[in-house]
Amino acid sequence: MGEAFAAVLPANAWNWAAVWRRNYLAWKKVALASILGSLADPMISLFGLGTGLGIMIGRVEGTSYIAFLAAGMVATSAMVASTFETIYAAFSRMHDRRTWEAILYTRLTLGDILLGELAWAATRALLAGAAIAFVAAVLGYAAWPSVLYALPVIALTGLAFASLAMIVAALAPSYDYFVFYQTLVTTPMMFLSGAFFPLTQLPGALQQVGRFLPLAHSIDLIRPAMLDRPADGIALHIGALCIYAVLPFFISTALFRRRLMR
Amino acid sequence: MSKAAIEFTGVKKSFRNKFVVNEVSFTVASGECFGLLGPNGAGKSTIARMVLGMTRPDAGKITVLGEPMPERGRLARKGIGVVPQFDNLELDFTVRENLLVFGRYFGMSTRSIEAIIPSLLEFSRLESKADARVADLSGGMKRRLTLARALINDPQLLVMDEPTTGLDPHARHLIWERLRFLLARGKTIILTTHFMEEAERLCDRLCVLDHGRNIAEGSPHTLIEEHIGCQVIEIFGGNPQELSSLIRPYVQRIEVSGETLFCYAPDPEQVRVQLRGRADLRYLQRPPNLEDVFLRLTGLELEK
Repeated sequence: MGEAFAAVLPANAWNWAAVWRRNYLAWKKVALASILGSLADPMISLFGLGTGLGIMIGRVEGTSYIAFLAAGMVATSAMVASTFETIYAAFSRMHDRRTWEAILYTRLTLGDILLGELAWAATRALLAGAAIAFVAAVLGYAAWPSVLYALPVIALTGLAFASLAMIVAALAPSYDYFVFYQTLVTTPMMFLSGAFFPLTQLPGALQQVGRFLPLAHSIDLIRPAMLDRPADGIALHIGALCIYAVLPFFISTALFRRRLMR
Repeated sequence: MSKAAIEFTGVKKSFRNKFVVNEVSFTVASGECFGLLGPNGAGKSTIARMVLGMTRPDAGKITVLGEPMPERGRLARKGIGVVPQFDNLELDFTVRENLLVFGRYFGMSTRSIEAIIPSLLEFSRLESKADARVADLSGGMKRRLTLARALINDPQLLVMDEPTTGLDPHARHLIWERLRFLLARGKTIILTTHFMEEAERLCDRLCVLDHGRNIAEGSPHTLIEEHIGCQVIEIFGGNPQELSSLIRPYVQRIEVSGETLFCYAPDPEQVRVQLRGRADLRYLQRPPNLEDVFLRLTGLELEK
């Protein structure tokens, strides 16, 4: 069985790029609509909540509420972009478009395909997160050039959430199941990770939960970068995100092998 | 014929305690066209998946292009082209983009793919459609593109699962003509089909599958000679029971399928004499074909 599992892991370090390029080509055809679509929602939330609530709240952790919220929005939109790309777009390529089936006829392995999909979802997350960070920087809600440190973290956040979502895609019989993951996992995570308000506002037990969530680790890195402040425990946060990116990859590979290669 | 392209030895596979492939053994020599003929659910597609290393057998041994499957599937697949039962082309891409993207999955450079695209388009008669979106192509064109795509890595072996199912006769003949062209150039083809005409026209040898078992194997001609060996008269329109007792003395064997009587008659003239003057009946005399073999072996009609 170990040998069989090894046979579906990535065959080498670059095969996945062919899958990434396939997705890039498909995306290029709808790039403008895609960028506007993934920007509109977080931007509306940022300015709606930021200006509206900002007036009532005043300053948070020594900065304007909108600047505090901007970092949360960048991380959240990276999470949402890569989650959506995985559970809807990648799932459709696996399930009803049979794109993966065609790729499996070639010298690519299942692991190569999954790696390509994860890298692509991380790219989408980077585009979405970086666009908001850029707008925030232009409007003075994020510090230049320290905001650039946020970029690799946005990509890593995308990778971690794509990897988690891939497990969900591997288990879901149809699209109908994804709403559970969104309402029970990703949406609550926004509130438990300090995206909209400081974690210290939560009861102690929930604060403890927050320390384990990938989004919280992401925000703890992105917010200091955007506000040009020193960050604590950088290695811990990066390490946690890496674990969230790597471990689920092996789980979803095993699950997809069972699903697709019976 | 040189060494074997595919070898199955005692291969078994079951899903949910039901055998879909049961003790199947066969050998496909390199350069030949080998058919897996059988009704839906006979295990054809499962065998095709096993040839590709996508399904692991429960027991038995599979070798494809000299590589043990599925363990070394990745290596074997470098020399295999696949035409699947259901089109899985990139609908939003153009014909050219489909070939480009697929070539990259074999590690080919953009330059080397672009160098062979013209010959693939010419082969598949899609020169004028190079920049058309696949979603706008007809069913026959999509199939031809799938065939061109399967050739991008210049494979020795083509695996085709129901290559002409769902196509109109014209499109089907064009595919058959293209496949004969490939065979003439020395490619090996294994195809699954439930069209006996397809099997008879293309296959050098074939095996007849029923409920996962290999129930007969040989060239279409040999199978027909061995199992039938005489003219067939099909009669329809009357009461099968009554006709059966009328004609039985003059024929070797009778099979009833639905309202049709299949009479295997060494001397067809004698049968025709009996039917003369029966305006309620329609009948036709024809040479035996693979469908008769299948009917004979299983008592079942192939699905059309």
